[in-house]
Amino acid sequence: MKKKKVGLAGNNVLLLITVLLFIGMYVIGCIIYANKGFGHFQTFLNILITNAGLICVACGMTCVMLTGGIDISVGSLIAMDCMILAVAMGRQGLPCIPTVMLVLVIGIVFGLVQGYLVGYLGIQPFIVTMAGMFFGRGMTAVICTDQVSITQQENAMFYSWANAKITLPAFLGYTNNKGKTMVPFIRPTVLIALVVVVAIWFMLKYTKFGRSLYAIGGNEQTARMLGLNVRRTKLLAYVLSSFLCSIGGVLYCLNTMAGSVQQAKGFEMDAIASSVIGGTLLTGGVGNVLGSLVGVLINGTITTLVNSNGKLLSSWANIATAALLCFFIILQSIFAKLKDGRK
Amino acid sequence: MDENVILTMRGITKSFPGVLALDNASLKLRKGEIHALMGENGAGKSTLIKVLTGIYPFEGGEIEMEGVEGQAINHSVQEAQERGIATVYQEVNLCPNLSVAENLFIGREPRTKCNTIDWKKMNSSAREIMKNLDIPVDVTMNLENYSVAIQQMVAIARAVDMECRILILDEPTSSLDDNEVEKLFRLMRDLKNKGVAILFVTHFLEQVYAVCDRITVLRNGQFAGEYTVAEMPRVKLVAAMLGKDLDDLASIKAEGSDTVRKDVVVDAKGLSHKGTIKPFDFVIHKGEVVGLTGLLGSGRSEMARCIYGADRAQTGTLTMNGKELKAKAPIDSINAGMGYLPDDRKADGLIGDLSVKENIYLALQARKGMFHPLSPSEQNALADKFIELLQIKTASRETPVNQLSGGNQQKVILARWLATDPELLILDEPTRGIDIGTKTEIQKLILKLAAEGKSVIFISSEIEEMLRTCSRLCVMRDGSKVGELDHDLTQNTVMTAIAGQGKEGEQ
Repeated sequence: MKKKKVGLAGNNVLLLITVLLFIGMYVIGCIIYANKGFGHFQTFLNILITNAGLICVACGMTCVMLTGGIDISVGSLIAMDCMILAVAMGRQGLPCIPTVMLVLVIGIVFGLVQGYLVGYLGIQPFIVTMAGMFFGRGMTAVICTDQVSITQQENAMFYSWANAKITLPAFLGYTNNKGKTMVPFIRPTVLIALVVVVAIWFMLKYTKFGRSLYAIGGNEQTARMLGLNVRRTKLLAYVLSSFLCSIGGVLYCLNTMAGSVQQAKGFEMDAIASSVIGGTLLTGGVGNVLGSLVGVLINGTITTLVNSNGKLLSSWANIATAALLCFFIILQSIFAKLKDGRK
Repeated sequence: MDENVILTMRGITKSFPGVLALDNASLKLRKGEIHALMGENGAGKSTLIKVLTGIYPFEGGEIEMEGVEGQAINHSVQEAQERGIATVYQEVNLCPNLSVAENLFIGREPRTKCNTIDWKKMNSSAREIMKNLDIPVDVTMNLENYSVAIQQMVAIARAVDMECRILILDEPTSSLDDNEVEKLFRLMRDLKNKGVAILFVTHFLEQVYAVCDRITVLRNGQFAGEYTVAEMPRVKLVAAMLGKDLDDLASIKAEGSDTVRKDVVVDAKGLSHKGTIKPFDFVIHKGEVVGLTGLLGSGRSEMARCIYGADRAQTGTLTMNGKELKAKAPIDSINAGMGYLPDDRKADGLIGDLSVKENIYLALQARKGMFHPLSPSEQNALADKFIELLQIKTASRETPVNQLSGGNQQKVILARWLATDPELLILDEPTRGIDIGTKTEIQKLILKLAAEGKSVIFISSEIEEMLRTCSRLCVMRDGSKVGELDHDLTQNTVMTAIAGQGKEGEQ
């Protein structure tokens, strides 16, 4: 009985390590860069603000990865979303809400096509979403090759969303060297991202669809034999991923207030990395969005650490991420071996 | 009688590319009976079940089910489940990464008022079910933490709990021990009394006679007959499955037993592999069949792997035909003239997507080296020779091996090693999971090989089978070789040797 307890803990241990690693990294940052304000609560909030889009995308990615699939189209889809938002609002002067709705609908359609190809025609997810990746990036350039920005004059409502501050209780803040109290704040984007995390967490845990994702990742053949609708579940997983990605795209655009062809390049890899660091297995069946959230935070912390240093090339953040990924993949394989060894 | 019929399948036809898997197969199930579905490997039992449960579409025939108007053709597993057909397959078909409770309820989870999954209720119902079946598990634990036997019991519990009218058990007992089989039988009888029709597929004749009321026999995809168990003696049942009178199994020994021992083929001294097998000596002569016997896990397979070089020996020496052989990897042993048929044919042996032909010439090609390829005509001739010799049932030599039935797959691996013309052939459980007809053929073949001067190391869990084929037995216990038996081989002497001649008290 005792041995079995360890076995169950395996997946939780991975998540625990992720959390501890995040806390450890953060504390080290606070100590080393204390003079640069790393320890301020606002620094943490800034990580959330910058990465609100990535959090949404990583949630969708986790759902797809749970089925054993992958979605590498998300970076391009974000670029396309941003470009549509920028051109529609910045150039054509379309109102804000319909444009955002349009982008979300496009995300769903995008996901329907990819999901149909993967789920019903049984094509490799990598190939399908790679096609989606090329399509998205290509379409972005077709819409407009310039960098288009959205300013206050063009769309006041979108601008006000982007700059809205939600202030937190003042005691969490600090007094700067001019004696002024800096009250910590977040943007609405953070709230949306956190709502997405909670919603997806709830869905994965408490709905048949969510559990089906795990079952399919555990063994697709078996899931079919157990009477689950594997094809529809897979389709929906990709729809969900593209939809969350479009929400992420809107949040991303609220940060950058612009659209450009080169935007969000490699974003899909950040999302995959966050999921993996957060304990999602590439082979599917194991994973959790809370882990993915921590994964995004770790990613953000690395970037902030490198930026705080000031002298380091920002590419060092990539190298740190690479090292972390290796670490986690090795860790995962060790746990997998331990599990096999027990049988 | 006939108003009790719940399911009728008539004239079912189903073909796979090049193979007619079911040809006018029929089946009739009645309420409250346990019905055995028997047949050799490849007779179409599994295919018939998969047609019934909606996994395979089929070409011709009718299915009628009580309470369903018109044709009761299932297009998916969900549909079959909704009509009350639950299935437990031979291989455990559950998700190892989910908890026991989830595996019991997935697809039909208890819901709360808000239509979300009610974990509390799910876990408590699961606990209840497992308690009633007397299976000691923690239902919140992931399934992968439990043994295959427990997993199989969970699969059965799931099927039972689905309130099914028809329960299909496709060789559920292959991973269960006697105790668990007894538990399962008790459960089956309970269900039978509740009016459930149970279709039970098994290779074990004793089990058929222990629980079943009626038997349907399939042969080559065709309906061969329906019998009541009480009126069907075993010999007649086996004859019905084979479609011919059974060769007297006992008579096949004779010629193999009294070989003259002179030319030593392999002589191992003090061989050992850390953690799996303690140092042992082993000698095998030309034309000899030596059995390795012992309980599962006693070191039978490990000893064979050590001789073959699959596990590199840390101590001792091995000479083959007078020359010392230092095998670093299996290829050295193959070159020296050994062949090894592993016990797990799926994991270690067969390459499912390759054709029968390719699987057969693989080892020979490896032995020749990649720069001396076999010509296509040589390949074909080789494949045809062994398909003929071993009577492998396949549509053609180009058929992917995973389309063959289990027994025929086993023959393909055997053919692979025979093709290399080895002096020493190591067969680890070559007859496990295959039907009695093929078993006899393989046993005969082993004796024939020995008569031709080949040496064979034979491992099997069935003592009877060892007695029929081997002239000498090495007895293994707890990872070491504890003795040899070469005369007076009877079930009794072997059993006492395995058990340790009453010395268990010392341990």
